[in-house]
Amino acid sequence: MEKIRIALAGNPNVGKSTLFNSLTGMRQHVGNWPGKTVEYKEGTFNYDEYEIEVIDLPGNYSLTAYSMEEIVSRDYIVDEHPDVIVNIVEAANLERNLYLTVQMMELGANLVLALNMNKAADEKGFKIDVDKLSQLLGIPVVRIEAVDDTGREELLKSILEVSKSPNNVIDRVEYGSEIDEHIEQLEKLVKEDISEVDAPSSWTALKLLEDDSEVVEKIRESGRGQRVLSEAKKIRGHLNNIFGDDADAAITDARYGFIAGLIQESVKKPKIDKVTRSDLIDRIVTHKYWGIPIFLLIMWITFQITFTIGAPFQDLIDAGMGMLGDAVSAGLGEGFLTSFLVDGLIGGVGGVIVFIPPIFLLFFLLALLEDSGYLARAAFVMDRFMHKTIGLHGKSFIPMILGFGCAVPGIMATRTLENERDRFLTMLIVPFMSCSARLPVYTLIIAAFFVAYQGTVLFSLYLLGIVVAVIIAAIFKNTIFKGKSAPFVMELPPYRRPTLKGSLIHMWERGVLFLRKMGTIILGVSILIWALSSLPIGVEYASQDSVTGQIGTTIAPVFAPLGFGEWQAAVAVFYGFLAKEVVVSTFGILYGVGEEASDEPDPSEEASSGEAPTEEASAEPASGEEVAAQEASGEEAAPEEEAAPEEEEEVAPEEDQGFISAIQGLFTPLSAYAFLVFVLLYIPCLATLAAIKRETNSWRWPAFSAAYTFVVAYIVSFIVYQGGSLLGFA
Amino acid sequence: MDLGNPKFFERMEVIKSMINALNELKVGDSGVVVSYKGKGSLRKHLMEMGFVRGANVEVQRVAPLGDPIEVKVKGYSISLRKEEAQYIEIEIA
Repeated sequence: MEKIRIALAGNPNVGKSTLFNSLTGMRQHVGNWPGKTVEYKEGTFNYDEYEIEVIDLPGNYSLTAYSMEEIVSRDYIVDEHPDVIVNIVEAANLERNLYLTVQMMELGANLVLALNMNKAADEKGFKIDVDKLSQLLGIPVVRIEAVDDTGREELLKSILEVSKSPNNVIDRVEYGSEIDEHIEQLEKLVKEDISEVDAPSSWTALKLLEDDSEVVEKIRESGRGQRVLSEAKKIRGHLNNIFGDDADAAITDARYGFIAGLIQESVKKPKIDKVTRSDLIDRIVTHKYWGIPIFLLIMWITFQITFTIGAPFQDLIDAGMGMLGDAVSAGLGEGFLTSFLVDGLIGGVGGVIVFIPPIFLLFFLLALLEDSGYLARAAFVMDRFMHKTIGLHGKSFIPMILGFGCAVPGIMATRTLENERDRFLTMLIVPFMSCSARLPVYTLIIAAFFVAYQGTVLFSLYLLGIVVAVIIAAIFKNTIFKGKSAPFVMELPPYRRPTLKGSLIHMWERGVLFLRKMGTIILGVSILIWALSSLPIGVEYASQDSVTGQIGTTIAPVFAPLGFGEWQAAVAVFYGFLAKEVVVSTFGILYGVGEEASDEPDPSEEASSGEAPTEEASAEPASGEEVAAQEASGEEAAPEEEAAPEEEEEVAPEEDQGFISAIQGLFTPLSAYAFLVFVLLYIPCLATLAAIKRETNSWRWPAFSAAYTFVVAYIVSFIVYQGGSLLGFA
Repeated sequence: MDLGNPKFFERMEVIKSMINALNELKVGDSGVVVSYKGKGSLRKHLMEMGFVRGANVEVQRVAPLGDPIEVKVKGYSISLRKEEAQYIEIEIA
């Protein structure tokens, strides 16, 4: 079977992903471009004796070196020479869409133009003469509807045709005689001096006149470009004199001029703009008074669906893993192997799959919001607030809201931000939003010390998280992310009905990616921590004699200035790295709560019943948020399941008087509050760090995140404890 | 161009007064891009998004908090902050 390699290119929001999904179905692979944070998607399908490999290039408006996406796309076309490039364009928005087409023609790409969303254009009153357009461009133009496979057959035929007899359009674009002449002049020099460069020489000449930094740099590196570069500079000066403006502006003008000519001859635009459906929707959702309430309502619904609907499924997973652990324990009896299987392996796997419900739901909802066009409006509505307070893009609001449920989906939602600086900065502050996994810790400490001030203490912690995030954002903006903030130049695409298939595929590929990339990290570290807690062999799990216990004992003095220098607190903080709610169960173990139910206490066993799920040690941050709040039984992941009659009576840790007095012995009210502040701010949990690793495609950022949050937590807790002491609190 | 004609400078004044930065336009105002003050990658990006000389623009909406604005250009809608729009000079139709 013969192979053909094609690439899909086009502006954002023109149905590129829809076409990609409809061509490849589930036979696709998502990853990153080598060394980049830009997403890479490829897939294959068979057609007429051919195996066709499809690369989905990032959605771009242009091929200038303006963004990483543009560079990636451009380099791919230059270096990899795909057999055919299918350029998807929106029929009702041809002018701007063709700008990218023109740039690909300059590159000598072998193009097929797929004219998408013709029905919508017809309704608006556009009349497009496809044959004329095709003739003027010199490339096949095919009408398609990506959502329902209209024109699919014809598109595939065109692809095969041009793969056999490539069209030559490289000299078709006209920039006016003045510029054309100089391109030719420079092209000759390029051919003579640096002929080994992959890209077409006319394109290289053009880019040099545009003063494209990437191309200039490449030519400089080649070592033989002096003559070409100095000539280019001379011509640029000359053009500047003629046009009274930079040459690259003149060239951009000329491209749009060329396009205007094409449109003039092949498209009849509607005379009067009808009030569109999109316009009517926008009048409501970006309304002066209603816009923000509507946005908040949509956020609230997203939050509720992600976390509340996800919770029962997480509880089911918890219960299932618990039963599995029990079964293994029952089958194998107590022992080192059992401990490994139950606490290490099953616990670790549980810690991964427990995230599936909220993450799948989140990605489904994000796909709906994005594909419908609302996400752009949300950013439009919130941008001023986000820009003024923390200097971020309006879209950063969504990850931060999600962070209050769980930082993992919050981090993953940052991929809706196009700008890398905004994306990284948002990832660094999302963990300060107090997630639901911290709630059990708050509940326990409040029950021990602050019963009378419950609401105030809780509120102060949530507020503190937000305040710290704002301050940190301000600091980072002026240090590691120094420079001008990203511009808010963003298309507001027409509203469209998202397709169920598209949203489901989106959800599936993200979910699977999560399992593959983050799952291994979480599982690996969970097992490592299990080993540290179980060694040396024979030691009681997580006791002071275990490696973790010893680590806790060693590092405990570090926390003395914060008011909690006891080894128990240090060990709890250590386990809290797995997931913050594990702090509670760790105290449970260390103070022997729940021993009556279990012969071998360990931090993964709950303070309550021996039947309790055993994988808590590895986390279920997102789950039980509501449950925890309502029943004040925070560390219980699945109270419903366990409410069934059992031999032993269940006691939530904050209702267990013995446990409470043990905690009261460990802290003073002041040091307890400092401890809460520390738990709020310190190192994001393992799953969050894994998400940051996945999203930034580098270990640098999770490492940095862990380090700086530890410092921030230390400083703030220090101020709280020492300041409080000075003020006479105890 | 008849510089000897005293009316010429008067006319120049009138034309000048019709030119506004894009961020100064009100909702519903429309006009034509005449120039862009300043340089750099933002300018290039805006031009590529359609704010080239001679392009028709119309301010469609302002966000609830007063910024950014939504502008129709080249037949589609784009949003930008006022601080970014201030560099684009429009001759009001």
